Amino acid sequence: MNVNTQSIRRPMVGLVIVSLAAAILPYVGLQEYSLSILTLGLFFAVYSMSWDLLFGYAGEANFGATFLIGTGAYTAALMSSNGVATPLVCVAAGAAAAVIAGAILAFPALRLRGPYFGLVTLVAVLIMRQLIILFSDKTGGEIGIAVPDVIALDSATNFHIALGLAAVTASVLYFLVKSPFGLILEAIGQDPINAQVLGFNIVKYKLTAFCVSAFFSGLAGALMTFYLGTASTNVFVDASVGVQIIIAAIVGGRRTVFGPILGALFMAAASEYLRPLGSLSELSVALIALIVLFFLPGGLLGLVRLARRPS
Amino acid sequence: MKFLEARQLTKRFGGLTAVDNVDFDVDKGEILGLIGPNGSGKSTTMSLIMGLHKPDAGSIHLNGVDIAGWTPNRIAGMGVSMVFQHSRPLQQQTVLQNVLLACLPNKVTHLRVSDAQREKAIESLRLVGLNGVHDKAPSELPFAGLRRLEVAKALARDPDLLLLDEPFAGLSAGEVREFSDLIRHLKGSGRALILVDHNVKSVAALVDRAVAMSSGQRIAEGSPRDVLANADVRRVYLGSQSDTVAPEVRRDDSDAPPVLRVKNLNVFYGKAQALSNVSIDVVDKGVTAVVGLNGAGKTSLFNAIAGLLPSRGEISVRDRSIAGMPAYEIARSGIVLCPESRELFGDMSVLENLKLGGMHLSAADLRERLEFVEQIFPRLAERRRQYARTLSGGEQQQLAIGRALMMKPKLLLIDEPTLGLAPIVMDIISESIEALRKSGELSLLLAEQNMVFASRHADSVYLVEHGSIEWSGPAHQFVEQAGSKIL
Repeated sequence: MNVNTQSIRRPMVGLVIVSLAAAILPYVGLQEYSLSILTLGLFFAVYSMSWDLLFGYAGEANFGATFLIGTGAYTAALMSSNGVATPLVCVAAGAAAAVIAGAILAFPALRLRGPYFGLVTLVAVLIMRQLIILFSDKTGGEIGIAVPDVIALDSATNFHIALGLAAVTASVLYFLVKSPFGLILEAIGQDPINAQVLGFNIVKYKLTAFCVSAFFSGLAGALMTFYLGTASTNVFVDASVGVQIIIAAIVGGRRTVFGPILGALFMAAASEYLRPLGSLSELSVALIALIVLFFLPGGLLGLVRLARRPS
Repeated sequence: MKFLEARQLTKRFGGLTAVDNVDFDVDKGEILGLIGPNGSGKSTTMSLIMGLHKPDAGSIHLNGVDIAGWTPNRIAGMGVSMVFQHSRPLQQQTVLQNVLLACLPNKVTHLRVSDAQREKAIESLRLVGLNGVHDKAPSELPFAGLRRLEVAKALARDPDLLLLDEPFAGLSAGEVREFSDLIRHLKGSGRALILVDHNVKSVAALVDRAVAMSSGQRIAEGSPRDVLANADVRRVYLGSQSDTVAPEVRRDDSDAPPVLRVKNLNVFYGKAQALSNVSIDVVDKGVTAVVGLNGAGKTSLFNAIAGLLPSRGEISVRDRSIAGMPAYEIARSGIVLCPESRELFGDMSVLENLKLGGMHLSAADLRERLEFVEQIFPRLAERRRQYARTLSGGEQQQLAIGRALMMKPKLLLIDEPTLGLAPIVMDIISESIEALRKSGELSLLLAEQNMVFASRHADSVYLVEHGSIEWSGPAHQFVEQAGSKIL
């Protein structure tokens, strides 16, 4: 809570220092290959942080993270491939489209009690995927759409874009969760009836949180499309990708904002470096996630905090 | 025009009318006590005012505006606050932040706490006597401190109408006094207060007027003294003399050894002690009743016997200790609990519910058992194919008891058999309890807040108050010796 400006300033300063330190990585001999993994991991971190705003704080499990990411990615890709606008305009449109689509989806779903929100978001991904395949003449179907334009070609600049995006997302989300908005969101997640009795319109708050989450998801989806050069369903509109985003948040430490960054980088690195194991690699990642869940309920960031605390 | 006027307020849950055509008023600077036994509809009435449930009929005028059916946050915006019986503060936040939450406006763009809001929170904490704990976690507060924290949250909203749901539950006598002073002080600042309590005595000195409820209906209204003296109120709490005539089959329990013996049982919920040194003997092949008001510890006792709650002390069945045994083994050994919440499978038929109770029986045993149950509850035979959730409240209770009987209990524990039932339905449950007694098959242990009902059937009665046995003895001496403890 930013009554206590102290409590928010120190983590923010830490974030800036870590980001600046990370920014020099391309110039101190980090290989291109590692840099690309880090770049993907940072996009993934934005998805995971955004997802956890809704789950960690408002207590709503969104199984349709890739609905939001996919809306951003495909909006940008379709606009760019049809030569409608410059990449930056496409990215902005992608973020806006994700917010609009998210609001249309979430408004009715968030009014329902029980597990319906999770189910609706899950079904939304499946429907979107089918629609993309159905209209494959426009969308490229399962192969995807190639994006003709690029924002940057060299890997260092792309890394910096992803790093900047992750840092901005983390700052905004951290500011939000420590603000009165975050406090109310947490109250809604833990005891919605009490929150209503204290005068808060819980649908309004959850919907706002969902729109913030949608904005960053859509923005990151659109930017990642330009980085990869294509938008395809297996990367952007896939329930199993949504599950990985969830695992990253939980492994990293839910309700911490910064934890999901660790989780996402860990997942990206693990799946990449364990690739020689073949199909065993996915299994190992899942097993590691399970071990973290069992023994570190606070996630990786929880481990850091545990080590820091004097016994 | 009074500040709050409720007229013909009605709320139905399925077949049960929880609040039935209830009228009451409360004005600023006044405390209204809403009293009645557990299940009488008083908490539902509070929920209707706060908007947690929508009334099926009637109006609630607050300052002249009809707020019936509004959402809770809109009603809160009209200056209504509620303190819940069970406090659930935010555990990751400090005490001060918990109160600060209540000071915030319903505005998503409000991203900074103002100095005024911060001062308001500190002032509210000071008012309830929580000084010097601002930076503590709520889990570090004692039980009474948590209750104070909830009151501070409600006060931080500057309510014109404050609803207090069982504010004294779980508090010690000294804490009750301190809390009463606090509540009296709140009234002084021009607020209207409504206070719900099942314990008539503890609120009598505090409230200006009382409304007594039973089975959803208003049965009396007036000064606390008049309401306490009201014949209907006394009947609801104590029963009339004619009700306590001993049943025809009264066993001589002096020589037979008890079927279940509980000795010095203690149960804790975190910091709150729910039972302290409770000892009871359950009459073999007879009916034993544990009576007491809501929150006295009856359900805790039953759950501890059934192995659902960890406890310290002795629980033995015919000298064999069952304390610490897992719940399913206790149930298999013939100690079966029919819980207060009934726990029926709503989307299964009556027959399916009964068969689930007799899963472990052979086909022949199952048939024979079904016949036994349907003979005691003929109603269930008529409704075999009907979904359990479509049954009336009384029928659901019969089914819950019937399903428990399918397990061939040696001892059946029935928690609140009459909860929320209309008087006429109680008679049906009465008859079946007598039928079970006559069958000579099993012993019964009842938990009841309805003392009339309990003393009508029981061979021996235990009165529980604040987690300990306050009185025990034969049923016919109950009203004479223990009645004054209740009213």
